[in-house]
Amino acid sequence: MELQITWFILWAVLWAAYFILDGFVLGTGFLSSMLAKNDTEKRLLLNAVGPVWDGNEVWLLTAGGATFAAFPTTYALMFSYLYTALLLLLFSLIVRGVSFEFRGKMEGQAWKQGWDRAITISSFLPALLFGVAFGNIFAGLPMDAAGYHGGLLSLLNPYGILTGLLFVCLFAVHGALYTAVKTVGELSGRAFRLAKLLWMPLLLVAVIFLGATAYATKLYDNYLAAPVLFLVPGVAVLALIMVQAYMIANKPLRAFAASCITILFVVFTGVTGLFPNMIPSSLDPAYSLTIYNSSSSQYTLTIMTVVALIFVPIVILYKIWVYRIFRAPVTVQDLTENREAY
Amino acid sequence: MDVLALSRLQFAVTTMFHFIFVPLTLGLSVLTAWFETGYVRTGDETYLRMAKFWGKLFLINFALGVVTGITQEFQFGMNWAEYSRYVGDIFGAPLAIEATAAFFLESVFIGLWIFGWNKISKTTHAIAIWLVAIGTNLSALWILLANGWMQRPVGFILRNGRAEMNDFMAVVTNPYGWFKFLHTVTSGYMVAAFFVMGIAAWHLLRKNEVDFFTRSFKTAAMFGLLSGLAVGVTGDFHAVEIAKVQPTKFAAMESVWETGRRVPMHLLLVPDEANERNGVETLSIPAMVSMLAFHDPDAEIRGLKSFPKDERPPVLPVFLSFRLMVGLGTLMIGLCLLAVIMPRWKHFVNFKLFLGVMVAALPLPYLAVQLGWLVAELGRQPWVVYGVLKTASGVSSSVSVVQVAGSLLGFTLLYGLLGAIDIFLLVKYAKKGPDNDTTGMIPVKEVA
Repeated sequence: MELQITWFILWAVLWAAYFILDGFVLGTGFLSSMLAKNDTEKRLLLNAVGPVWDGNEVWLLTAGGATFAAFPTTYALMFSYLYTALLLLLFSLIVRGVSFEFRGKMEGQAWKQGWDRAITISSFLPALLFGVAFGNIFAGLPMDAAGYHGGLLSLLNPYGILTGLLFVCLFAVHGALYTAVKTVGELSGRAFRLAKLLWMPLLLVAVIFLGATAYATKLYDNYLAAPVLFLVPGVAVLALIMVQAYMIANKPLRAFAASCITILFVVFTGVTGLFPNMIPSSLDPAYSLTIYNSSSSQYTLTIMTVVALIFVPIVILYKIWVYRIFRAPVTVQDLTENREAY
Repeated sequence: MDVLALSRLQFAVTTMFHFIFVPLTLGLSVLTAWFETGYVRTGDETYLRMAKFWGKLFLINFALGVVTGITQEFQFGMNWAEYSRYVGDIFGAPLAIEATAAFFLESVFIGLWIFGWNKISKTTHAIAIWLVAIGTNLSALWILLANGWMQRPVGFILRNGRAEMNDFMAVVTNPYGWFKFLHTVTSGYMVAAFFVMGIAAWHLLRKNEVDFFTRSFKTAAMFGLLSGLAVGVTGDFHAVEIAKVQPTKFAAMESVWETGRRVPMHLLLVPDEANERNGVETLSIPAMVSMLAFHDPDAEIRGLKSFPKDERPPVLPVFLSFRLMVGLGTLMIGLCLLAVIMPRWKHFVNFKLFLGVMVAALPLPYLAVQLGWLVAELGRQPWVVYGVLKTASGVSSSVSVVQVAGSLLGFTLLYGLLGAIDIFLLVKYAKKGPDNDTTGMIPVKEVA
């Protein structure tokens, strides 16, 4: 297989891994004000994501680093063209991380309420912005020989906003299910009910998204050329239905697993349609960034493949080990036993 | 100001802010791991309290170091798109490796360390903080190999309108990157040493927890002395490397205008950039600059005048930063030596003057590391990749003045606010001292 194709797949997998893993942290974060009825419940939510959020966020840096190393031209243009959107994303991620760490470092209602608000906003914005960014990438950016002809406002077109909404709904259900699995009692039940409640809007947005994609993007061209590819969105839809099936069967852990698969295949649905483009030009296909005209040299791609083959499995192994250590739901006892808890 | 000037200013602001937190992370992770290892080996609860107290300060500091690091990876693409496109084939690799091989390690195991107190055995818990320390130091290695490449580009050819990597091992074994790594991490250890000594001295002045803080102080003093010496030695080798491969930076560091042999060092010197000479030159040590540059008094030093004006770095800030950094470094090694000797005397805690000096000395290494980066980055100008690509050619072409001015303002306000809160929390917890209610301490789970 060509190295460019290998790296395109790896690029998609890294983004998917990030969305699956940070998706539940973002979802838990922006639903936290709705889910928690008091400070203890709020702390339970933060401690449910506490041991893992930092390691999960690194998938974003790995996805960014991989884009830089394997597709430097795409990295350069994507990041500079989406300047203001990425800046807002960056500020949000900075505020979110700091809020997690600082909230519990002082007593006082104003202090805690301030950070609570920060957590809600700084978790919601990335979910929305990632969706808007990827929606615009699916649809193509207005770029030609003269460069980029868009701005922050042009990103907020209906399809971009729709994709943003899709990400928000996906992460909301995902985060609510994570909370249902990782907490006990009333809080867990409340989260589970919220996940059930949010599933319908998610399905609705997903269906509209799949329809709108036919009008706003050229993603379906690849599918029509090779109809077997329709299996990819097929699995995404099936997994989304399984989320609801498992919720009705009262199996939150399985519903969460189905939600992970849904996100994975939503990402794959997008990139399968993009291939071989990374960022299509909405003005003239001659200026689209493809995996061929934006990639690194064969030498660099080979080196990076070796690096990825060595380190990614090691990372996955120790991450699984750490997730296993924290597999039990967080309880009030955990908060009192460990003074370092959030 | 234009996009270039604003982008440079933003890079300086965000990177220098990031580097307020990074050096302490590098060193305090090692010290915290050291204390916790002491607890695992001896079972002495004071070590556990030391790991918890210094570990708490470590975490408050770590939070900002991590989140401001995300900015670093993003802004190469956002503000320096032409640079990224031109060198991404070779520069992207160490950054991607840093994320995969180092950043994951520290981020995953910091979670285990914070939340694992009552879930894993005490040995595993100590290993977790060691893995954090190794992760942060490895992270520094890959970042500094990337920076080392910008300083001394190796292992590439210019092809297809960009710099393409053709020798990965040359990038990984670049001596410039390794000297920079060793010099930077050991200076980070000094930041941590002075941080611990400063806070310990503050408490000793008030006779709080005398045993706890005397022991913390002694460990930090030895750590500081050893790393201080290492900073000096690696700095010396680093300077030789600079003289060899970045002659313009070296000439600016010493403000040498004329090419010559047996170049003396002037202890008092005022550069006069407009007239391409030094206004004042006095208190000279013969052949000292030649000696520093090549360890040879007869060595020839190329003066700034032998380079075209548009290839010279700004002399005054580079010269002053370098002088001040070296001066501070020397002073700090002296303080560490005293700090190692003094606690051996009885009534050490009554040496109020000395303890006061150690409290006041806490910010000195912070200042020194920032000055060091000014020398490194300003001294490389006008190049972004020395001899290959000018900084002016690296800036994003699609970004507007309004965007960069807005983002610079945003970063300044956000970072200013978060920095103030972080320092406020550090001061609060540093003053509070260790938990002395040992009954409430939950010891880590024993292995069944």
